[in-house]
Amino acid sequence: MGSITLRDVNKSFGEVTIIPKLSLQIDEGEFVVFVGPSGCGKSTLLRLIAGLEDVTSGEIQIDGRNATELPPAKRRLSMVFQSYALYPHMSVRGNIAFPLKMAGEDKAVIEKKVADAARILNLTSYLDRKPRQLSGGQRQRVAIGRAIVRQPTAFLFDEPLSNLDAALRVNMRLEISELHHQLKTTMIYVTHDQVEAMTMADKIVVLNAGNIEQVGSPLELYHKPRNRFVAGFIGSPKMNFAEGAEAKKYGAAAIGVRPEHMNLSTTGGDWSGTVTVAEHLGSDTFLHVQADGIGLVTARASGEFAVRHGDRVYMTPEPGRIHRFDAAGLAI
Amino acid sequence: MATLHTRAAARLMSAPAIILLLCWMIVPLSMTLYFSVLRYNLLMPGMEEYIGFQNYSYFLTDPAFLSALTNTLLLVGGVIVITIVGGVALALLLDQPFFGQGIVRLLVIAPFFVMPTVSALVWKNMLMHPVNGLFAWIAKSLGLQPYDFLAQAPLASIIAIVAWQWLPFATLILLTALQSLDEEQKEAAEMDGAGFVSKFIWIVLPHLARAITVVILIETIFLLSVFAEILVTTNGGPGYASTNITYLVYAQALLQFDVGGASAGGIVAVVLANIVAFFLIRLIGKNLEAEPWHAPFPPAGRPSSPSSAGRSAS
Repeated sequence: MGSITLRDVNKSFGEVTIIPKLSLQIDEGEFVVFVGPSGCGKSTLLRLIAGLEDVTSGEIQIDGRNATELPPAKRRLSMVFQSYALYPHMSVRGNIAFPLKMAGEDKAVIEKKVADAARILNLTSYLDRKPRQLSGGQRQRVAIGRAIVRQPTAFLFDEPLSNLDAALRVNMRLEISELHHQLKTTMIYVTHDQVEAMTMADKIVVLNAGNIEQVGSPLELYHKPRNRFVAGFIGSPKMNFAEGAEAKKYGAAAIGVRPEHMNLSTTGGDWSGTVTVAEHLGSDTFLHVQADGIGLVTARASGEFAVRHGDRVYMTPEPGRIHRFDAAGLAI
Repeated sequence: MATLHTRAAARLMSAPAIILLLCWMIVPLSMTLYFSVLRYNLLMPGMEEYIGFQNYSYFLTDPAFLSALTNTLLLVGGVIVITIVGGVALALLLDQPFFGQGIVRLLVIAPFFVMPTVSALVWKNMLMHPVNGLFAWIAKSLGLQPYDFLAQAPLASIIAIVAWQWLPFATLILLTALQSLDEEQKEAAEMDGAGFVSKFIWIVLPHLARAITVVILIETIFLLSVFAEILVTTNGGPGYASTNITYLVYAQALLQFDVGGASAGGIVAVVLANIVAFFLIRLIGKNLEAEPWHAPFPPAGRPSSPSSAGRSAS
């Protein structure tokens, strides 16, 4: 229960191809995150799986059965939308009960399932309120409640946290992760925020212009990016790239070093440069350095590393932590 | 101080408009009230005298009054039901993407631009006429007896004509309301397993509730004083079969020259309109206050005296 297979799925709107042929295997119980810059087709891909968009060609299998032509309701998937899409005229109870009512469930069964969902999501005292009387986080939980009562084979989340403020986002992130451990149902989660992807996913699918750049666990992507796009997209702050002469030394067209894999010194090192901005966060210091012959480089130092704008610093990439890329951008 | 001055200045500035409006309303109303207690017949000029409430008791006990009252309510109710049901159906159709959408929408709105007299005459002479009408031609082509709509079913015919005029209005407002329905909500309902019918009942109709309220309110105000359509088609007949209160007041004043009786009728119409307004506001006013919603038209206030036609006739 809960495996999803995409085989050569293709989606075009008229002449414009949003998703060229793409294949992907999602295993049962996995928490898969689709991540990529905006406009990369990740939401479209999710909507294809949901059945809200029709595939142009290819096949979608859910639980081993061909679901390409099935209407959304028959795919036994449930979706949490970015805008939550709660029904404004129904109470929280009505919203959560709606899918059950549509499935023609018994009144007593509905009552029990709604109560269960409300308990799991801490919504019991809000059941009789209307969505407009709830806060953003509560609305989000109602949307999740509406999704879980149907006991779907998989959950689809379409950027569900992007309308929340930063603190709430961290909270909801934890709650969704916890929910996944509790329900052990397959979840597919779309986001443009690589922090969300890294913290929640069992498996990350990095998308760019409709193509899958790499599929793997968060740490796999972090340590072994397959190409420059993935290397630059995963990790915060972004990886530094150097081309030309500096890359030649390592026998590559370009090399990449993460800010946290840079040894800093005020006395000597491989690369030197002038600090343009020093961001002191207490625990860490992020230095933006105009490095000679390389360009702008970001480096992470300990909180005690006391340099200021205009100071001279030396940086040495940690050996063995240097990512090398060929001319086509693929990792060597 | 500044705000106090501003307020005084604002009052002073708006006073002329308000005084003018007040005169416009108060003068005819008080004259109507005054005439309604006089014996005042244009056939006997110079014989006016005070007769108390006799005009009222004559008007209210007139057998025509009850049938006019029933006709008024039937007309208002019938047209509202047709325009709401038809308007929702048309709005649902027009909301679908299809070729020539813009032109079709324009055509649907068109009847609203036709003056009541003109559209009633078109219906009477070109569509419903038992000899020359389109419907008669269709009936004859099928070998059936042509039906004389305005003679056999006068009130129903007038309801049809008025509904045809008001259908575009309802469609327009309901269509804009329909277009403001969140796309993701529809998709969520689809994912939740709602088919077309359940989606309509549980999602679309509740969303349209406020727009429907606005349509009912505005149409009621205007439909209580339908007059031109009756005058040019049936003249209120046969008998009193298509006479509404407004038309009855007109008949009293300008066909029987009884200004006093007509004035009493006008006042009765004002009272009736306010009773209807009272129940209407109580019934659906709650719906308007529930949450902010932006109607393409401002929600109508209390329909105070839609029987201005009645008053001007007196």
